[in-house]
Amino acid sequence: MTQILSIQGLTKTFGSKTVVDDVSFDVGKGEVLGFLGPNGAGKSTTMKMIVGFLTPTSGTAIVCGHDVSHEPLAVKAAVGYLPEGAPAYPDMTPLAFLGFIAGVRGFDGAERRSRIDRVVEMTRIQDVARQPIETLSKGFKRRVGLAQSLLHDPEVLILDEPTDGLDPNQKQVVRDLIRDMGQEKCIVISTHILEEVDAVCSRAMIIASGKVMADASPAELKAQSGSGDLDEVFRKVTANA
Amino acid sequence: MRNVSLVFRREFAAYFATPLAYIFIVIFLALAGILTFRLGGFLGREQADLVPFFEFHPWLYLFLVPALSMRLWAEERRLGTIELFLTLPISMTEAVVGKYLAAWAFTATAVALTFPMWLTVNYLGNPDNGVILASYVGSLLMAGAYLSIGSMISAMTKNQVIAFVVTTSACFILTLAGSPTVLEFFSNWAPSNVVEAIGNFGFLPHFQSIQRGVIDLRDLIFFGSVIIVALIANAIIVDWRKAF
Repeated sequence: MTQILSIQGLTKTFGSKTVVDDVSFDVGKGEVLGFLGPNGAGKSTTMKMIVGFLTPTSGTAIVCGHDVSHEPLAVKAAVGYLPEGAPAYPDMTPLAFLGFIAGVRGFDGAERRSRIDRVVEMTRIQDVARQPIETLSKGFKRRVGLAQSLLHDPEVLILDEPTDGLDPNQKQVVRDLIRDMGQEKCIVISTHILEEVDAVCSRAMIIASGKVMADASPAELKAQSGSGDLDEVFRKVTANA
Repeated sequence: MRNVSLVFRREFAAYFATPLAYIFIVIFLALAGILTFRLGGFLGREQADLVPFFEFHPWLYLFLVPALSMRLWAEERRLGTIELFLTLPISMTEAVVGKYLAAWAFTATAVALTFPMWLTVNYLGNPDNGVILASYVGSLLMAGAYLSIGSMISAMTKNQVIAFVVTTSACFILTLAGSPTVLEFFSNWAPSNVVEAIGNFGFLPHFQSIQRGVIDLRDLIFFGSVIIVALIANAIIVDWRKAF
């Protein structure tokens, strides 16, 4: 398995507070890594450093052979990123918004149109593609954000809470999508929903207080607790943090 | 250049996505007209020039330009789109310049729509059109300097109202730095070279010297360096404050 994403001693401090504390791990092609952890555990901060939004205090991330500290633009071009809350420009329509992102990703003319059509279909936002994003429901906004991250068919996808705020049907759509793409991509998702890890992840990592507390497949994690319950493992691992 | 143009087009269109663009243009044109004809006594002077028109521009810009610059970065920060924007493969320079140029081009559009003033004065008499052209250039440079300061201040906050008020105040001080009131205040006690330095820092003398019809290299360098320094500071502030 080739390592596409390599996190090396990533640390972030804000003032005297250490939010991410010496986190290292590798993710290869075909893996879907679920980042689990209580709120404020450092999941989002870790992701923000991987995609080059925040500068690490120390350590670095290597994405597709590019070191984010030295070649941030190459990393940004290689990854697809869905920030927490799926921010998008409210006055634009999904089509205009995707058009802008596709342009920045270097696509023009017929290719731009076909790429937009592809992600609109994948995320099933056809019906709302021509109305301003501010008028969309939370679920559609989230899917517009997801569509944006898929435009350039990236090898590495970093999705911060991709199913937050979706209803059960929409969750299913997004999970199926992630699972399908997980076959040939390297995907990292953050979530605090444990059943999600079971549903889509091939590997789960529990983070608390900026440290990696557990790193195993969902099945192995379950085996650690006597009852085979992920909730229990989660509580046990994060209790002392 | 490609990214600058993409950012530029998105930002420029964003002005027109809300009523802001239309309100701005209507108010700008109405105020420019009222000030020129009423306060400036454009017709009563019986002179074929646009001096009463241009002399009010700095004061119009003082509160209209911050209304354009306040959203540039503050809105991205409030909406959280800054995280998306800055994780696209766009360099900081491209992002800052693209946004800035969009605001400047929008201002230029509003200024260009004052062309009936130019037609009027040409109909009524034989003005020196070279002076008028120079005045338009000076006016746009002045607006550009205000916008660069506004864009920099917009990067410091999530709150557009704060960005507006602080920008207006900063531009007010910079505009008046060369005025007799301010200079007299300093000349009572400060050494003459300090007074001169303060005088040189004011926007108004540079604007007025271009108004006379001479585009002096020193005035171009002055406004150019204000814009460049403000935009460099803008990029540094965005980078430094983006996480907050």
